[in-house]
Amino acid sequence: MHLNEKKLLMGNEAIALGAIEAGVQVVTGYPGTPSTEALETIIRYSGSCGIYTEWSSNEKVALETAVGAAYSGAKALVTMKQVGLNVASDPLMSLTYIGVKGALVLLVADDPGPHSSQTEQDTRAFGHFANIPVLDPASPQEAYELTKLAFELSHEFEVPVILRTTTRVSHGCGDVAVAEGEPLPVQADWEGFVKERRWTIFPRLTAERHPWLEGVQVQLSERFSGLPYNSISGNGKIGIMASGVSALYAKEAVEAVRGFEELFTLFRVGTVYPFPEKAALSFLKGIEKLVVIEELDPYLEEQALQLIGKAHLPVDVYGKKNGFFPVSGEYSVDLVVDGINRVLERLGESVRLSHAVPAVSREELPPLPVRAPTLCAGCMHRTVFYAFKQAGKQFKKESEVDTIFSGDIGCYTLGNAHPLNMVDTCLCMGAGVSIAGGLSRTNPGAKHVAFIGDSTFFHSGIPAVVNAVYNGANITLAVLDNRTTAMTGHQPHPGIGVTALGSASKAIDIATLVRSCGVEFVKAVDVESLAACIEAAREALEFEGPSAVVFKGRCVGITKSVSRCTIDPETCTGCGFCVKQLGCPALALPAGEDKPIIQNSCSGCGLCAEICPSGAIRVEGIKQEVKQEVKQEVKQEVKR
Amino acid sequence: MKYDILIAGVGGQGVVLASRMLALAAMKAGYHVSTAETIGMSQREGSVSSHIRIGEDVSGSLIPAGQADLLLGLEPAETVRNIPFLKKAGKAIVNTHAVPPASKPPGSPEYDPEALLSFLKASCPGLLCLDFTELAEEAGTYKAANVAMLGAAAGAGTLPFSEEALQAVLEAEIPEKYRAVNRKAFEIARDRISGL
Repeated sequence: MHLNEKKLLMGNEAIALGAIEAGVQVVTGYPGTPSTEALETIIRYSGSCGIYTEWSSNEKVALETAVGAAYSGAKALVTMKQVGLNVASDPLMSLTYIGVKGALVLLVADDPGPHSSQTEQDTRAFGHFANIPVLDPASPQEAYELTKLAFELSHEFEVPVILRTTTRVSHGCGDVAVAEGEPLPVQADWEGFVKERRWTIFPRLTAERHPWLEGVQVQLSERFSGLPYNSISGNGKIGIMASGVSALYAKEAVEAVRGFEELFTLFRVGTVYPFPEKAALSFLKGIEKLVVIEELDPYLEEQALQLIGKAHLPVDVYGKKNGFFPVSGEYSVDLVVDGINRVLERLGESVRLSHAVPAVSREELPPLPVRAPTLCAGCMHRTVFYAFKQAGKQFKKESEVDTIFSGDIGCYTLGNAHPLNMVDTCLCMGAGVSIAGGLSRTNPGAKHVAFIGDSTFFHSGIPAVVNAVYNGANITLAVLDNRTTAMTGHQPHPGIGVTALGSASKAIDIATLVRSCGVEFVKAVDVESLAACIEAAREALEFEGPSAVVFKGRCVGITKSVSRCTIDPETCTGCGFCVKQLGCPALALPAGEDKPIIQNSCSGCGLCAEICPSGAIRVEGIKQEVKQEVKQEVKQEVKR
Repeated sequence: MKYDILIAGVGGQGVVLASRMLALAAMKAGYHVSTAETIGMSQREGSVSSHIRIGEDVSGSLIPAGQADLLLGLEPAETVRNIPFLKKAGKAIVNTHAVPPASKPPGSPEYDPEALLSFLKASCPGLLCLDFTELAEEAGTYKAANVAMLGAAAGAGTLPFSEEALQAVLEAEIPEKYRAVNRKAFEIARDRISGL
């Protein structure tokens, strides 16, 4: 064993290596930023280390699969983002009473900001709610170590354990000292399932287990108080309590002050739930004032307030609850400096933490162009959105009927951006279909379209389709089938015929599935033809009752393009229609120019050529192979 | 020793790769590194940045305002957007090749790259600017602009590790079929910058 083998690892990679070292045997998950790379890293070692690894159809299924493995004495890991935990919460809330054998660790990645999420929920609070221990690393190195600890605790206490990260930990890279240069194979055997009463939840069993569960929390709190991940440094009268990456920000902010150890005492909490009361008490007894620095919920602050009250300590607390720190958003060193300065001012201290002096301050910046995330150049979703926009307009012109477009979670949420403006609602995975159903009840005079990606369809769209058929909702399902889970980095899903490990599996055909649910109008269309897409959209809109169109194409993120669009400057009238209509990042009308240009990112999809009023855009080169493959699929579809 | 680098650009320009190369080279030189990247929704043609923190201690991965020693800007507007991270007297290297945004949402200011470059020159004495996209294209592909900018950083002589350390990382990390073109882009940019 070379204990000092150093690697540059992303937090998620460090978690994967920690899990392998802990002997993980079964890994499941559903992709979600910022958690995805953990399972992707396990996939890389799945063969050499002998780990069963799967992308499951959703987080609930992933957790339940891991539960089955852990019931059999295997060590299991489930990965998801914070909103994935909501999907998995049903099994999790029950599992907490039952407990596990082997080990079961959940990686749940929170996203303060948020950068790529619908919510700013705090998994530390979820752990508290569900009585599940939560570890909260601050860096990739700690993520690696706490993953191993999570497996140890889960095995010893027979409970699921949550390893909670945030974007800066999961998606940050750092040098990590790992035990093995190359991960070693994990143990290939486990006890196997033993029939016992404890695996079948019943009201009586829950009643019996509840006191045990509460007892485990007390034992864990005791254990946590002795761990080095909850550490105290400095000996000043102003205490600072922080967890996760906020603890590093706090350290950096105060270290800039000469003699900071005399003024501040820093308490870093690495095992956040159950709160390490004993360690916290010895910290609180040594200070006069407490500053709590944490992203998202005032979780530590509430724990501290409770403990201070319980122990009758004369410590004032400064945090989110009294306005010293922001209640939401991502933190930074600068934000922590400002917060601590507000406290120092309140306390009448003369010392202040300082900010560095920038070359140019934010206030001095000239106006900058807005550069919002956009569908990629050549993205098939743009064609489908544009087709529905046209079909909706025609429909409105002819029959004065409005169309309401519900979106869903994935790249295609970006269909809401200017100038497409094609997403009127978006809530959570799979919600668009059912929301369209609800809208159809309350807005019967309008048409209702639900856009859903292929992976999201399998994740949670199917029950909503069943419901639409069962209750006769007048909606159109538009499946954006680009044959991958694109937003999270192109993972396979049940519709592709390939597993996480790249081996062949049965591909579940979306159109067939929708048809078998009882949808009577089902059509598959190749997105290569805008006209065909508009036609299909129109027919679906005209149909009374649930209808579905499966739009088939390829994600430009994983297909090599050999074609490119060019504008003939002679023919181009400079009307700017292409730029204004499509919002394609390859098209631009630079300041001072009178004709649009096509930039390097063009993949030659030809959508702009199809809509150019003067026929000035040509596609050069053809994506032969890809087109052929899609056509084949559509042909099979039509035969069905 | 503490050295903070910020790389700014547009999704798809290879900001993450450039960040990884610098972090690996710093590790080879014996330092702790921590980086923060933009991954996820913003990657889709949006503004992206990477923070690379190099030093003797482990720190949080986000660089505080006014603390970056070096700013590598792969695009003019994105360089300006991130200049508040650069310290007074810090070094900035900018790719003059502008990438106009996909669409101009109502209320978004007009993009005038020349005006922004003039602003940069006025506010950062010693600013190094060059069309690295064109330079990379000369080397074989516009996609190597990120590696060309690493060459420029080496040529400017401000990195806390040797050029050889960085070159060795590039040789080891870049897949063989792209290695020659990237090496060429790196070298042209380095020579051009050290000649400025």
